Amino acid sequence: MKILVPVKRVVDYNVKIRVKPDQTGVDLANVKMSMNPFCEIAVEEAVRLQEAGTATEIIVVSVGPAQAQETIRTALAMGADRGILVKTDDELEPLGIAKVLKAVVEAESPDLVILGKQAIDGDNNQTGQMLAALLGWSQGTFASELGIEGDKINVTREIDGGLQSVKLAMPAIITTDLRLNEPRYASLPNIMKAKKKPIDEKELAEYGVDAAPRLEIVKVAEPAEREAGVKVETVGELVDKLKNEAGVI
Amino acid sequence: MNTLLIAEHNNETLADATVKAVTAAAQMGGECHVLVAGSGCAAVADQAAKLEGVAKVLLADDAQYEKQLAEPMAALVVAMADGYATIASPASTNGKNFMPRIAALLDCSQISDITAVIDANTFERPIYAGNAIQTVKVTEAKKAVTIRATAFQAAGDGGSAGVEAAGAADNPGLSEFVNEELTKSDRPELTSAKVVVSGGRGMQSGENFPMLEKVADKLGAAVGASRAAVDAGFVPNDYQVGQTGKVVAPELYIAVGISGAIQHLAGMKDSKVIVAINKDEEAPIFQVADYGLVADLFTAVPELEEELGKAGL
Ligand SMILES: Cc1cc2nc3c(=O)[nH]c(=O)nc-3n(C[C@H](O)[C@H](O)[C@H](O)COP(=O)(O)OP(=O)(O)OC[C@H]3O[C@@H](n4cnc5c(N)ncnc54)[C@H](O)[C@@H]3O)c2cc1C
Ligand SMILES: Cc1cc2nc3c(=O)[nH]c(=O)nc-3n(C[C@H](O)[C@H](O)[C@H](O)COP(=O)(O)OP(=O)(O)OC[C@H]3O[C@@H](n4cnc5c(N)ncnc54)[C@H](O)[C@@H]3O)c2cc1C
Repeated sequence: MKILVPVKRVVDYNVKIRVKPDQTGVDLANVKMSMNPFCEIAVEEAVRLQEAGTATEIIVVSVGPAQAQETIRTALAMGADRGILVKTDDELEPLGIAKVLKAVVEAESPDLVILGKQAIDGDNNQTGQMLAALLGWSQGTFASELGIEGDKINVTREIDGGLQSVKLAMPAIITTDLRLNEPRYASLPNIMKAKKKPIDEKELAEYGVDAAPRLEIVKVAEPAEREAGVKVETVGELVDKLKNEAGVI
Repeated sequence: MNTLLIAEHNNETLADATVKAVTAAAQMGGECHVLVAGSGCAAVADQAAKLEGVAKVLLADDAQYEKQLAEPMAALVVAMADGYATIASPASTNGKNFMPRIAALLDCSQISDITAVIDANTFERPIYAGNAIQTVKVTEAKKAVTIRATAFQAAGDGGSAGVEAAGAADNPGLSEFVNEELTKSDRPELTSAKVVVSGGRGMQSGENFPMLEKVADKLGAAVGASRAAVDAGFVPNDYQVGQTGKVVAPELYIAVGISGAIQHLAGMKDSKVIVAINKDEEAPIFQVADYGLVADLFTAVPELEEELGKAGL
């Protein structure tokens, strides 16, 4: 079984970002970038399926600038076999990315595509579902457990009320939630080995899909700041303030 | 141009998130038509018809929609999308699951998690865990939108829309519901509760959560948690508040043993009043708290229960 894992390079989750003063976007100059945490979970799951003998090949793909190479290398160091970098300096929207990924799927014919449920920069939570639609495949989103059973895959999903299990026809699209696994750190020998693994560099134009942005970003602004309030000394004082000052109890 | 709003419900009751989403849909201009897709869900359609601002309710009552799986839902909505400028739903896990599938099939963009409607085609939405607010404008004729319900008031109930049956679409047959493990609770639902009491890693174990539940019961509150508390298995996944969990905006949010990571703040910083109980006075949660108590939670929480009792709660 062949698995494709799309990975995205994003601002590291520990970074507190700043909005540009001219409100055109977020200032990403000299900011630490990492693999989107949900994509790490996707890579880890693919590697575990390979270690269990279920998967035979893991291909990682990233759509983005030349530096997205580093993100692909990280995935190769975790255990993926080879990478594809679709180079673009444009800010693609989820539908555009899904169209590019569809072309990659058609070229590589994977049985399973595992994506993150959401990228922690755009917070869109769209790409996997859109890819499933474009391919006419089933989708198992927000997965916390996977079980392959012949040509079907059982997916436990994290939903608002608790957990839901669905059985999907393969090929399928999976998007990862936090509890699916705990991603490994790449070991030094594996980081060295990953340097020799192949990364195929493509230009976006080679895929012949129209992925041009369609939305207009009017502005990006700072959220309303919350002021720190007061410290109370005792629980009694707290209850008194909630009752008589804030009026919320 | 009209909006088709896909209702969130459990086949018996219309979710509060839908009642709030109607307010957002009404701000987009045109008529708001509510689609109730489910199984044995006629009562839900009647509830939707009574909401102010709803012009029509479409009822797709068929076994294949019982759990609102993405594949049949998308087929249904795409078949009825003609004539609508906007396809909308609350940004619930259901909406997040089926809406991008619908958008891609219609070849239109989706604006996720909107928190304000500027005009029929312009919306605000948080990005980077709420550390930036983006204003996005759609320039095309069709769009999909998911609505962050906590950012909108509930619609009133003076409406009297008609209910029309909508035929089912062919089920693509790609997916099958197996089962569900829903968390049972008599407390209010987390995203619509007026008061939320959340516990973090500082709670140390699931056995200590009843301490918070006692406080919650005095306040008529829902109980939530940080990711760390969920990952550690103290409480189920549906308790998680944050960037990648649930977003809440109650009148009162009490964070107990939670440090205040940006991912957690993203889910609760729009609460009206925030209380933090933490033994570390440097914890970032105090930077957003209206009332901070530096104390060991294992003495402060039982004391809080007692003081609330004394205050007549
Ligand atoms: C309205 C709008 C405004 C935008 N504004 C900005 C902006 O101001 N600044 C800015 O920096 N960007 C902006 N973008 C781009 C945006 O940040 C994302 O790169 C893009 O929209 C994809 O969305 P997402 O990453 O949130 O996708 P999600 O759907 O949340 O991503 C889910 C998963 O899809 C896969 N995936 C996503 N992107 C890629 C990729 N490039 N390559 C491989 N796999 C991928 C990953 O597996 C990921 O975990 C904007 C996009 C939109 C739609
Ligand atoms: C991709 C991604 C998504 C994430 N999404 C979310 C999300 O949606 N929601 C979320 O919450 N987090 C999320 N996180 C995790 C987040 O970064 C933090 O790790 C998490 O919120 C920390 O939880 P915590 O505050 O309970 O634990 P900690 O940070 O460990 O804090 C525990 C606090 O308890 C206090 N404490 C300990 N003992 C006591 C005591 N006896 N009395 C009083 N105080 C005590 C400590 O002083 C400390 O401040 C996400 C992270 C990533 C990478």
